[in-house]
Amino acid sequence: MAVCIAVIAKENYPLYIRSTPTENELKFHYMVHTSLDVVDEKISAMGKALVDQRELYLGLLYPTEDYKVYGYVTNSKVKFVMVVDSSNTALRDNEIRSMFRKLHNSYTDVMCNPFYNPGDRIQSSGSVSLSRAFDNMVTSMMIQVC
Amino acid sequence: MEAAAAAAAAAAAAAAAAGGGCGSGPPPLLLSEGEQQCYSELFARCAGAAGGGAGSGPPEAARVAPGTATAAAGPVADLFRASQLPAETLHQITELCGAKRVGYFGATQFYIALKLIAAAQSGLPVRRESIKCELPLPRFMMSKNDGEIRFGNPAELHGTKVQIPYLTTEKNSFKRMDDEDKQQETQSPTMSPLASPPSSPPHYQRVPLSHGYSKLRSSAEQIHPAPYEARQPLVQPEGSSSGGPGTKPLRHQASLIRSFSVERELQDNSSYPDEPWRITEEQREYYVNQFRSLQPDPSSFISGSVAKNFFTKSKLSIPELSYIWELSDADCDGALTLPEFCAAFHLIVARKNGYPLPEGLPPTLQPEYLQAAFPKPKWDCQLFDSYSESLPANQQPRDLNRMEKTSVKDMADLPVPTQDVTSDDKQALKSTINEALSKDVSEDPATSKDSNSLKARPRSRSYSSTSIEEAMKRGEDPPTPPPRPQKTHSRASSLDLNKVFQPSVPATKSGLLPPPPALPPRPCPSQSEQVSEAELLPQLSRAPSQAAEGSPAKKDVPYSQPPSKPIRRKFRPENQATENQEPSTASSGPASAATMKPHPTVQKQSSKQKKAIQTAIRKNKEANAVLARLNSELQQQLKEVHQERIALENQLEQLRPVTVL
Repeated sequence: MAVCIAVIAKENYPLYIRSTPTENELKFHYMVHTSLDVVDEKISAMGKALVDQRELYLGLLYPTEDYKVYGYVTNSKVKFVMVVDSSNTALRDNEIRSMFRKLHNSYTDVMCNPFYNPGDRIQSSGSVSLSRAFDNMVTSMMIQVC
Repeated sequence: MEAAAAAAAAAAAAAAAAGGGCGSGPPPLLLSEGEQQCYSELFARCAGAAGGGAGSGPPEAARVAPGTATAAAGPVADLFRASQLPAETLHQITELCGAKRVGYFGATQFYIALKLIAAAQSGLPVRRESIKCELPLPRFMMSKNDGEIRFGNPAELHGTKVQIPYLTTEKNSFKRMDDEDKQQETQSPTMSPLASPPSSPPHYQRVPLSHGYSKLRSSAEQIHPAPYEARQPLVQPEGSSSGGPGTKPLRHQASLIRSFSVERELQDNSSYPDEPWRITEEQREYYVNQFRSLQPDPSSFISGSVAKNFFTKSKLSIPELSYIWELSDADCDGALTLPEFCAAFHLIVARKNGYPLPEGLPPTLQPEYLQAAFPKPKWDCQLFDSYSESLPANQQPRDLNRMEKTSVKDMADLPVPTQDVTSDDKQALKSTINEALSKDVSEDPATSKDSNSLKARPRSRSYSSTSIEEAMKRGEDPPTPPPRPQKTHSRASSLDLNKVFQPSVPATKSGLLPPPPALPPRPCPSQSEQVSEAELLPQLSRAPSQAAEGSPAKKDVPYSQPPSKPIRRKFRPENQATENQEPSTASSGPASAATMKPHPTVQKQSSKQKKAIQTAIRKNKEANAVLARLNSELQQQLKEVHQERIALENQLEQLRPVTVL
């Protein structure tokens, strides 16, 4: 269960970012922003020859005292960053991978919508959500606050 | 509150869960049968609704529900909140049931939690001992959660017997049918005899959503009132609701070719805003025509961009259009098939007329339903006329039921050509079967066996066969060009080479392969026009021109094939001409004609392979020519763009302020 999930575009601006509302959201935004450096580092470390073999899941980007940050990059350089609580020890690597996979699938579905312009924010505007399925999926992955 | 899991799965889950509930959790949980059923359905639903979202709900539910035994925290939290207990109580319950400790809501924890909720709602303190008592079932004030609507009611058969007394009382009072979801309504009968009957109905109040809501509600009201006394209030909404969409498409057809006009065709009945998510016949035809205008082949797709342009003309806002797309593109492939297109169009129409968009795709707009329900408009006329009118339904409940069953069975039986029927959709279909059957079942207390026999009855009807035929016929309707006979050219439309061959048939003794459909050589079209005039004249006219063209002598050798290989017109006209000239007129044949005579018999056998090679070479040459043309065009464009760029750069230089200091 993530504490914060963010989708970053290729140009490193956020397309979608959602955190649990109880916390200070600015902190999570900052963490995601700083994690982009680590993502870029991991991508470039692969080298040009290995671009095809580069795995999408980047793994643990960096741990902090309270949180761990995981990253995932698609082939179009769209990055997914997920911040999870360090105290949640039940989350294993496989689960994080599956969560990223679901994110990726939902993102693809959003892209399939011809009314979505790539590069737009994935958001709900007005009464009708532009990406309700995506929202629901992300909600299901975040920590539930009863 | 039914999940996609079938009744069997729910029963199995109930059995397993009951066993599990008794075994594992700290307090042993004794559930009565009604409670078991209720809990298992709720659990399946929570587990099934884990996917969330309109399109992805059913498939995920199918995957999740049978496999895992955990309820996702999201729907569980929603459910708990719907119980209207204070948050602290819910926290207590969550802790007590062990979910927090374990980290997830397994069956055990879920059931314990439900029992605790029931206890809390009855006023008992939230403690482990509470669950040992005999408690009424927990009550939930459901918030809008459309995911269930599509799932249907697999367990309806269970509660059918009690449905009659309950529903008659329910409907006699007839509060707000559209306040209650049909699922709630059927859920309550299962609980009502076990719990407190009079108290359960008031609790199953859905938050009155906009009238643009559950089609199942309208269908429920069609189905359920039919066996009972005539429901005048219900009849009216159905009647006028059917009138609404009926008149809508007419007006649309008049004015909506270019632009979508907003037509406020609201129903006259204001008190029961049943949303006609069902597509009527006229609407369907209109949608299909529009589809055809965008894409001639009804069995193919409309791409996303084309659909986007088209729907943008409706002047709805982009987020709404995007949402409609999300709802209607069930397989999320970025393209709309005919049923998806109809669903999207219908939603747009509804939205333009003021109905708010539903949370999830109503079952009548689902692609499988649409595809099966509308294989052929003419066939469906009678079905859907009766379906949309509830007055005849009152008079002939049985017929309606059977028709519903037929249509639904057809849905299940028909091989859906372009859509994959997921198991969830099948569940939805089965559930609609069940809901249709429940009417009958309620009339004669039938078990599922009887329902199966009822199902079997429509199956034997000719509807299914006719619908399949209709569907196939419809599949053939798209204007694909008829396949050309292999013997002739596929492209030589004006050349009737069969006639050409006939005179030379006696000469063609060897088994000739059918000519591969290669393009005719370019000079030939002029000649083919002549061919259409007479059989032999083109040969003769071609022969001299061909002789003038190339080196007939060289080509004679490999292409002495008899004229049944008309592709070789470039090379073979001499042969053909000679062949034709031999038996027929001996007009101004070229000199090469004479040279051909010794060849035919010799080369017939070997030319077959060469023929194939030549075909390939010809094809490649033609492809090369096409690509070369394309290349030259692109080069042209590139030059133009370069020139533009140079011009712009010049301008820029001129405009740049000269900084000379």
